Amino acid sequence: MDWLNAVIQGILLGGLYALFATGLSLAFGVLRFVNLAHGDLAILGAYLAFSSISTFDVNVWATFGIVVPIMFAVGYIAQRGLFDFTLGEDPLPGILVSFGLGVVIQNALLVHYSATDRGLSVGSLATESIRISDDISVGWFPLIILLVAVGLLGGMQLFLSFTPLGRAFRAVSDDRDTARLMGIDHRNLYGLAMGIAFATVAVAGIFLGSRTTFAPAQGPSQLLFAFEAVVIGGLGSLWGTLLGGIVLGVAQTLGNQIDVDYGWMGGVLLGHLVFLAVLAFRPAGLLGARS
Amino acid sequence: MTATAPADSGEATGGFGITRSSPDATAGTWVALVVVALLAVLPFVGGDSTQRTLVGILTYLSLAQMWNLLAGFAGLITIGQQAFVGVGAYTLLVTAERNGIDPFLSIVAAGLLCAVLSAPVALFAFRLRGGYFAIGTWVIAEVFRLIALEIGPLEAGNVQSLTRRNALSGYEIDQLRDLIYWSSLALAAGATLVVVLVLRSRLGLALRAVRDDEAGARGLGIDVTRTRLIVWMLASGWIGMTGALIHLNSQSINAPDAFSVLLWTALVIFIVVIGGVGSTTGPIIGVIVFWLVSDEITEWFDLDDPWRFIILGSLAALFAVFAPRGIYGWLQSWRPLQFFPVRRRLVGPGLEE
Amino acid sequence: MTDLLNVDGLDAGYGDFQALFDLSLRVAQGETVAIIGANGAGKTTLLKTVAGLVRASGGAIRFAGRDLRSLPAHKRVGMGIALVPEGRRLFGSLSVRENLLIGGHTGRRGDWTLEAVLDLFPLLKLIQRRSSATLSGGEQQMVAIGRALMSNPRLVLLDEVSLGLAPTVVKDLYAALPSVVSGGMTAVVVEQDIEQALSVADRVYCMLEGRVSLQGRPDDLDHAQITTAYFGM
Repeated sequence: MDWLNAVIQGILLGGLYALFATGLSLAFGVLRFVNLAHGDLAILGAYLAFSSISTFDVNVWATFGIVVPIMFAVGYIAQRGLFDFTLGEDPLPGILVSFGLGVVIQNALLVHYSATDRGLSVGSLATESIRISDDISVGWFPLIILLVAVGLLGGMQLFLSFTPLGRAFRAVSDDRDTARLMGIDHRNLYGLAMGIAFATVAVAGIFLGSRTTFAPAQGPSQLLFAFEAVVIGGLGSLWGTLLGGIVLGVAQTLGNQIDVDYGWMGGVLLGHLVFLAVLAFRPAGLLGARS
Repeated sequence: MTATAPADSGEATGGFGITRSSPDATAGTWVALVVVALLAVLPFVGGDSTQRTLVGILTYLSLAQMWNLLAGFAGLITIGQQAFVGVGAYTLLVTAERNGIDPFLSIVAAGLLCAVLSAPVALFAFRLRGGYFAIGTWVIAEVFRLIALEIGPLEAGNVQSLTRRNALSGYEIDQLRDLIYWSSLALAAGATLVVVLVLRSRLGLALRAVRDDEAGARGLGIDVTRTRLIVWMLASGWIGMTGALIHLNSQSINAPDAFSVLLWTALVIFIVVIGGVGSTTGPIIGVIVFWLVSDEITEWFDLDDPWRFIILGSLAALFAVFAPRGIYGWLQSWRPLQFFPVRRRLVGPGLEE
Repeated sequence: MTDLLNVDGLDAGYGDFQALFDLSLRVAQGETVAIIGANGAGKTTLLKTVAGLVRASGGAIRFAGRDLRSLPAHKRVGMGIALVPEGRRLFGSLSVRENLLIGGHTGRRGDWTLEAVLDLFPLLKLIQRRSSATLSGGEQQMVAIGRALMSNPRLVLLDEVSLGLAPTVVKDLYAALPSVVSGGMTAVVVEQDIEQALSVADRVYCMLEGRVSLQGRPDDLDHAQITTAYFGM
């Protein structure tokens, strides 16, 4: 039963990872930009929420309304003011600038907030759960996160497939120059894409901060998990990102269960190993095939 | 100025040849040799704290030259070299502290072990490209760290020290300090030399071809994977040696620090980017900036440790976008000089020297 | 007839490589102008520079009297310039229908609606929902032309429409050209197929190594002149 419970908890955890991975996947899909500051931005979102709560005396849910628009704007400006200049064949400038940015954010948070663990409170929701059987219960909050992830990914898919702007995103991703010939301002679109990426990762960060505690140094782990979710699921597939998140989540909870029962392995490690296995045997990912 | 060690003989090709030297590069090499000689005699002239500072700078230079070789020349942008620093540290612990082997031999052993381990790492990492390759190497470094924590006998969860009884036995304190200093000088100068030699060789030519145009290089018959793998293993081994030396110097080993991405990779990347990626002189310039910010500026302004990351990270990010060739690039655009003889030029009748 | 497009002393190229040297040509409203020349003559570069994908380093481009030099590519479409790029360049993750719809992204009004384009190329009605990656060369070319028309341009630039296509397919495509220009549309046609180019054009320019080597009406030019201008002998 422990194992079944672990799988269920893993699926729920996967929702959070899918949420993290969405922004990374979008940025790479539209701009071919790998944002190494991705995890640190999530933590930044959590800290902004934390400060919003104490400054404006609101609850966590209200912080979504404050932090998400701010992060969207920050993302747009970061793209047009900084990342735009790294576009081109050479991946090095983009990697360096986002990596540097991540390190700066991490350490700036450390200076401002110190290394103390913080948390965002969702009140009783944190512990309420649905009882499925004697041994298995599904927490309301993790379930909400999973549903938000599914909703966001679904919404994004609908947006890309059925709206004119979504069509423009796909066109720019296929062939930037020809998209310009259609009258599409690619710089603006890149800004929007990065804005959305920053916004979604802020959502993920706030959820993370509510689900567990957070500290400045946690950014890199989230980046790695988001990256693993994308690769496991398959580059270029939004639903793959959801599947990848779930697979990773399950691998981690199972790994932790093995640790509890047998004293070795561990969740994070098993997750990494599953990632490496996918890389070795199915490099395109479970649902992936870059067209 | 005559061509030194040309790669092709002049007669067969109508008087044309390839030279890798130039007046400034020859001068630069002499300057470098003099500097190394001066640094080598420092222990006899005194200056304990200078010596200590230099060990820190020189070990970072060694790491920087290797990252530059991988990212700047081979197109392998890695954020995972902390894996080999960690392996180097624990190799030192197991061989020198636990088994009484001479610590300097341990350093060599660490290098060999890391070179060997880097091959299976490449097996996975080379399946990725660009930014995803970078994150992939980071993940693999994390796997190394977690596995180290899993290996019970390693006790990687605890802080462990190198003791006078075991690892450090057989050396007087002063003697050890000087030997560590000379080792760091050897690793730094050696790293620079290795990079220069690689670039002067056919391997270096192949590397640049691969970096510029992989498909084209393949078409010329260059084995892209083998070329990259050789450089990868070489650099990883050197990083392992440096990691072992760093911990011999600090005499303290714990997993979070030994495998720290911030200490052994982020700072190194910032050093190379600020100094100038893709040039052999860049890392040297970068290390000087690093020392200024790390030691001097933080002291003047009484800043905490995170500030050196904030300052160097911001500088590196800005350089990456607006000055991609670093400080060395600025110097070059002001006065095109070459400090090390790594570039190939065509010489011959009718061509300007 | 007033000039719609006026290129004056244009220099353009890619980085260190200059492709156009002091090039001048004009296209009057309602004209169909053909540009012929060997590979590497700079024909595609010229069209791309007019469309804004390549930056001009010298000279001027005037469209309906307005200087285009400072205008980015995506704004030129809004002014009424549409390029059908060499090699079709359809959007692989969009269907045929979506490729056409995105041509209308700028929202310029005119006769060319989705229905009108589908009437021009009835074959496309059947394959609307197909992914553009699965089409034959001829089908792709139809979509590419239709996509350009969806922006209701005043000037349409066609780059090597016949490239890689069978002669019968090329004939069918050019058979549609009169319907395209009938409403007063101005067209510049870059063609490798000299016969085809001469048969549709009001005037012809021949390019050689980035410069204009010959110009005139098809009737006024003889075979020998064209050969000399084409090959530079």
